[in-house]
Amino acid sequence: MNDMTPVQTTLKDWETDQEVRWCPGCGDYAILKAVQRTLPQIGADPANTVFISGIGCSSRFPYYMESYGFHTIHGRAPAVATGVKLANPDLDIWLVTGDGDGLSIGGNHLMHVLRRNVNMQIMLFNNEIYGLTKGQYSPTSREGTKSPSTPLGSYDHPARPAAFALGSGARFVARGFDVSKKLPEVLKAAHAHQGAAFIEIFQNCIVYNKDVFDDFAAPKGAEAQQLWLEHGEPMLFAGGTRGITLDRDRLRLEVVDVVDGDWEAAGVIVHDAANRSIAHMLVEMPFGPFPMALGVLYDDPRPTFETAVVEERAKASEGKEPDLARLLGKGQTWTVSGTAQDPA
Amino acid sequence: MASQAAVKPHEADSPDAVVVRFAGDSGDGMQLTGGQFTLSTALAGNDLATFPDFPAEIRAPQGTLFGVSAFQINFGSRQINTAGDAPDVLVAMNPAALKVNLAALKPGGLIIADTGEFTKRNLDKAKYEANPLEDGSLAKYDLLAFDISALTIEAVKPFGLGNKDALRCKNMWTLGLALWMFDRPREPLHDWLRQKFRSKPDIANANIAALDAGHAYGETAELSGPLKQVHVDPVPSEPGLYRTITGAEAVSLGLVAGAQLAELPMFFGGYPITPASAILHHLARLKEFGVTTFQAEDEIAAICAAIGASYAGSLGVTSSSGPGIALKGEAMGLAIMTELPLVIVNSQRGGPSTGLPTKTEQSDLYQAVYGRNGDAPMPVIAARSPGDAFDCAIEACRIAVEYMTPVMLLTDGYIANAAEPWKVPDPARYAKFPVSFLAEKNAGDDLLPYKRDEKGARPWIKPGTPGLMHRIGGIEKAVDTGHIDYSPENHQTMTDARRDKVLGVAVPDQDVCLGNESGRLAVVGWGSTFGPIHQAVGRARRKGQDVSHIHVRHIWPLPGNLGDLLRGFDKVLVPEMNTGQFKTVLRDQFLVDAEPLTKTSGQPFQIAELEEAIGKYFDGIPGNEGGDVEPNDQQLPNPVGVEK
Repeated sequence: MNDMTPVQTTLKDWETDQEVRWCPGCGDYAILKAVQRTLPQIGADPANTVFISGIGCSSRFPYYMESYGFHTIHGRAPAVATGVKLANPDLDIWLVTGDGDGLSIGGNHLMHVLRRNVNMQIMLFNNEIYGLTKGQYSPTSREGTKSPSTPLGSYDHPARPAAFALGSGARFVARGFDVSKKLPEVLKAAHAHQGAAFIEIFQNCIVYNKDVFDDFAAPKGAEAQQLWLEHGEPMLFAGGTRGITLDRDRLRLEVVDVVDGDWEAAGVIVHDAANRSIAHMLVEMPFGPFPMALGVLYDDPRPTFETAVVEERAKASEGKEPDLARLLGKGQTWTVSGTAQDPA
Repeated sequence: MASQAAVKPHEADSPDAVVVRFAGDSGDGMQLTGGQFTLSTALAGNDLATFPDFPAEIRAPQGTLFGVSAFQINFGSRQINTAGDAPDVLVAMNPAALKVNLAALKPGGLIIADTGEFTKRNLDKAKYEANPLEDGSLAKYDLLAFDISALTIEAVKPFGLGNKDALRCKNMWTLGLALWMFDRPREPLHDWLRQKFRSKPDIANANIAALDAGHAYGETAELSGPLKQVHVDPVPSEPGLYRTITGAEAVSLGLVAGAQLAELPMFFGGYPITPASAILHHLARLKEFGVTTFQAEDEIAAICAAIGASYAGSLGVTSSSGPGIALKGEAMGLAIMTELPLVIVNSQRGGPSTGLPTKTEQSDLYQAVYGRNGDAPMPVIAARSPGDAFDCAIEACRIAVEYMTPVMLLTDGYIANAAEPWKVPDPARYAKFPVSFLAEKNAGDDLLPYKRDEKGARPWIKPGTPGLMHRIGGIEKAVDTGHIDYSPENHQTMTDARRDKVLGVAVPDQDVCLGNESGRLAVVGWGSTFGPIHQAVGRARRKGQDVSHIHVRHIWPLPGNLGDLLRGFDKVLVPEMNTGQFKTVLRDQFLVDAEPLTKTSGQPFQIAELEEAIGKYFDGIPGNEGGDVEPNDQQLPNPVGVEK
């Protein structure tokens, strides 16, 4: 499903008449533009596209997309989206959630939509803070985050969205960040994947958690800390001067210097997006000693939930007439005629 | 000790009603025995009502008091509305079953006990100091005690079963005896056993042998003991095709029928919970009717997926019991705000919290009518009996799609599990209510997703429809456009519109189901108290008491004439299995002095306790015993389901 006839649209066609109400300078604006840029490129049909969100800054997203949209309740968007997809598998669904919505109150639903592999694109805007409720720390906030609810600094360990997704059984895991020019490519890859496609998008909350991703996502000067993964290509970064290798004895990734572009000599590994073991290592790769792994970390489709549901329903209905009168009269019945009673 | 007819109080070979309770360990197969006895009773043409009462534990420790499982059936040659008060016959498969159930037995009633299980160990577990079968403590009852265990083992010997497997046939032995007692044919049971164990012919034959042995034992025992064969005449009933049905089955079938009448596919989101799971199980087997069932990760996901399916153009349905309904509360608000159709079935059980998972109660009425944040009006319907649940489910579907609103259907643990004979309705006799989705813009060049029709309902717009893209959500919607709007006047208008839409739901006028339209006392019930109230009011009227029975299906909005109807009575008594919730609603809505009669023991009302409560209103009233009120029993409705 989702192999609909491409429809010609422009970025403008995807804009609504609603005033966008994010804070000036919010990373959400950039993501909105990236999505509006991507949809014409993939030939998406506005009438067949549904944006479904939970609650939070990110979840205002559907109001700004000229498509069908459902702004649901906190954390529950994956469940609503599952119902939409099962009722009409032909709809193209984009889920919009955040680190609080998707990993705190809605963590359970996010896990299950990934595990079931319901075909949709799941964009988790990770700004490591609760923005809409004015700046409390979130499940992805780093240890020591000072916020109104943690004035002395937080002490719980942050959740890692991509690792959570992979651990939940996701068959597509990708990363991007708000102002990245490569974000549309990541979104396109997610859309091309048949099944639940999880995209963690680092997003700058300029009011409550300003510039926390600057080390790898600053508009200028941070490129050296970005490892853009491409299937079949060596894992190189910093302009090809450094790369990722696998320490085969200790089963862990390592950063190596690449001299004169000879990555093979340096032992840099080639990205295989279908390799789940490598994917586990990539999502666990700590930023700092390592660059930030971006792009498609993992992509290995398997049959989707809604396909199985539709097929099972068809199979179970085979050769059966939906005859209600017969259904009502099923089981052990008897007929009353006058005074005599006969088992039917 | 009486030595003649064991079955009292009718004291005749052909009583008009008999109550039998099968009680044993939760592993003894008492529910199965009761269920099969119910079928044979229905086949014999008796009217009946049943009450399965089982522990929350799947296999509670053997022989313990809390592990006792019981199944009560009331059947007769007249109309039966309740599972009966006190049993005439108690089958006790072990000491614990006797201890737990003895208090309910009628004085002079018959106890059938399996001496093989009255061992020192089992007596200790049931906290008996002496064997009650031997110490004379059962003198006021008829007692038939013999070693059913040994007789069963003997009967199934030819089939080479191990001791444990052999003893598992005990329930069939007991059932055979019961079939003999009430003069029932064994053949349907033979067929059923052959079918059930078709891949294990030895087990089938062993069970059949046990059944036959129990039957044969009855014939022999009649010669010398208190056991006597009883024949209950068939009840005269309307000609037609009948079956037995439980409330859970009736709800499932009603939902399927409702979706068909609306010409919609149905999406059912559920999460396992007692006693609501049975609906999920039934619907999961009805895929050819366009039913999609989805076992969600939790109650919230179950309702949210149903809302998503409704949004996409299916009839979304979810079902649960009290604690699960509480979890769904916020999502119900979303369905109210987005004005999407949804049916929520609540099989109520004892609460609060986990409460009494397998026991019945009606204590979620406030939750149904009021239990959401904000002003969140929602229609609420309550089924009165298993068969009635079919019609109520259809009604819930109709209101949901015609008014674009979630609707709650209340049943309870009693209705969900209890069985009654049901005259199979002809689906063609139900009026269709086909849904039409919006296909083009509804205001010239504009789309107004919240433009209301004469019923106050907004259009249903399926995603995928070209040109009708729009956004909905839980934030307050602007009039007509559905855009986000926080303005004071808009919220006032929309709150009023949601309220008026629900209050405007067309509800039939309330009728009086037994008695006169005005008078001294109205007994007002709702839900599963129908049976006992109806019987009690009937008996009171036969005594000459001027009392009427009013049974309310539409809990919200209430029938328009109900206030005036209630004001026509001097007194209004509201029996319910909670602390007086419907009473409060009636007082609030109509300023009538409704008086509560409450019960929260996890057990249904008994006819006698209602009769006594009614009687108090007639103490010292001239003519109380005089019969100057017409019994008016012609008004007794057909108990096997009301056809439109």
